Amino acid sequence: MGQQVLNGIFLGSIYALFAVGYTLVFGVLDILNLAHQAVFMLAAFIALALVADAHLSLWVALPAAVLAGGAIGIVLERVAFRPLRGRADSNISGLISSLAMATVFEAIALQIFGPDISRFPPGTFPDRVVRIGAATASLLQLCIVGISVVLMAVLTLLLARSRLGRQIRAVAESPRAARILGIDVDRAIAMAFFLSSALGGAAGVLFGLAFNSISPDVGRGVELKGLAVIILGGMGSVPGAVIAGFALGLIEVFTVAHLGSSFRDAVSFAVLFFVLIARPRGLFGRAAAREA
Amino acid sequence: MSGPLLEVRDLRVAYGHVEAVRGISLSVSAGEIVALIGPNGAGKSSTLNAIAGLVRPARGTVRLEGQELAGVPSHAAVAAGIVLVPEGRAILQRMTVAENLMIGSEARAWPGGREEARAAIEEQIRRFPSLQRRLDAPAGALSGGEQQMLAIARGVLARPRILLLDEPSMGLAPLLVRQIFEIVGDIHRQGATILLVEQNARMALQVAQQAYVLERGEIALEGRAGELARDPRLQAAYLGGEVEA
Repeated sequence: MGQQVLNGIFLGSIYALFAVGYTLVFGVLDILNLAHQAVFMLAAFIALALVADAHLSLWVALPAAVLAGGAIGIVLERVAFRPLRGRADSNISGLISSLAMATVFEAIALQIFGPDISRFPPGTFPDRVVRIGAATASLLQLCIVGISVVLMAVLTLLLARSRLGRQIRAVAESPRAARILGIDVDRAIAMAFFLSSALGGAAGVLFGLAFNSISPDVGRGVELKGLAVIILGGMGSVPGAVIAGFALGLIEVFTVAHLGSSFRDAVSFAVLFFVLIARPRGLFGRAAAREA
Repeated sequence: MSGPLLEVRDLRVAYGHVEAVRGISLSVSAGEIVALIGPNGAGKSSTLNAIAGLVRPARGTVRLEGQELAGVPSHAAVAAGIVLVPEGRAILQRMTVAENLMIGSEARAWPGGREEARAAIEEQIRRFPSLQRRLDAPAGALSGGEQQMLAIARGVLARPRILLLDEPSMGLAPLLVRQIFEIVGDIHRQGATILLVEQNARMALQVAQQAYVLERGEIALEGRAGELARDPRLQAAYLGGEVEA
């Protein structure tokens, strides 16, 4: 039981980290960024290249890959979203253009890194096991949980307390009110993409380390989980994504342990289905529609 | 200072094929309240929105102390010192009252830094005691009058060189309307320059020094507020009787 809880928290921390970025952009733009999973994948490959080819320490490669993920997010916003903003069909066209960008990013990764699974070289992270009560966890797993929690806490604080955070929340609530208040809405949206993609990138690097398996399509499976998490947490809600991310991780681990791995996704999505029947806007969803 | 603080020339605003503002020119001198009155659909709010950079004018110039601002994005207009308190108030409903005030104070830099911004927020809280009790409440939970007070406080905190007030009395009870106009007068006495759009022509002409009457996107009448209040055409159309000067 303790072991499963530990494993669930470990898996959930990656899902939550991926999903907070996903939901942040949705909260600001009301559009799903379907290229989030591709940023996740690219950041994992960038970290891998920095460690395996440039022989940098993981502690240099991780922040560098996270920043690169953020930079990719800014490019994504400029190319796939900004030109469509203000159009009547921007929700659906933004969805499609982000899907197109995901395909482009995957093609780039395929060209550079090839279709096979890539792995971090042995010794990238110390192979140590830590005993916590009756359960055991690797040092890597604990670090992944720690890094995820710290990054989510930093994002939460930034959104709640900083000027940039207030600007992003103002744009999320009402772009018109934000403009009236002198906020550069394009800049605030670009910064939201930077933060979102940096966190998505961090999730990608941690996922790559945790499972030591990176391929151009590695983000696709996580994307579906991330979508389930942000729907469960309430679209656009960062705290909702954190809680739902950990919940999904725990549900998956317990399902695999008690029903078998073939039921993993079925049970997760059944829970999602029943939560949505009881709370159609998810756990922390808001009833109010966003102003134009 | 020579010349007006704000000078608008031949401003035209169109929404598709519909021309809402058809070549209006107006000027506001520093320290003045100028009223823009007229019926619904006369183009008053479109004029303010164009000055504030929320809509791009089809033609014309908007100069603030000689600086051309027509067509600049709204954040650039705010940075230059044009601050709008819009019709409908544009309160950030999910944020707290305190956060709304803070975000207002962050629109333009304060010469005295954070300390001066904090002191200015304190001053606005003293001016609006009803906000003081609700600082941590979501702004959406405030009454209409309190939201209007918050919107005005937030506008003042943006350190405007000119404050554009769009229908501040709309939807408020008569007692609150009087209170709002007292606050407008109070802000003016502290040195603010105000361009006021108002359907309540009687109150607007009482508080303003200069006024323009808009009809169908054009200026139909203009002059000193006291003189306009006695103009028989205006009395017949908007005032229903004489106005106390």
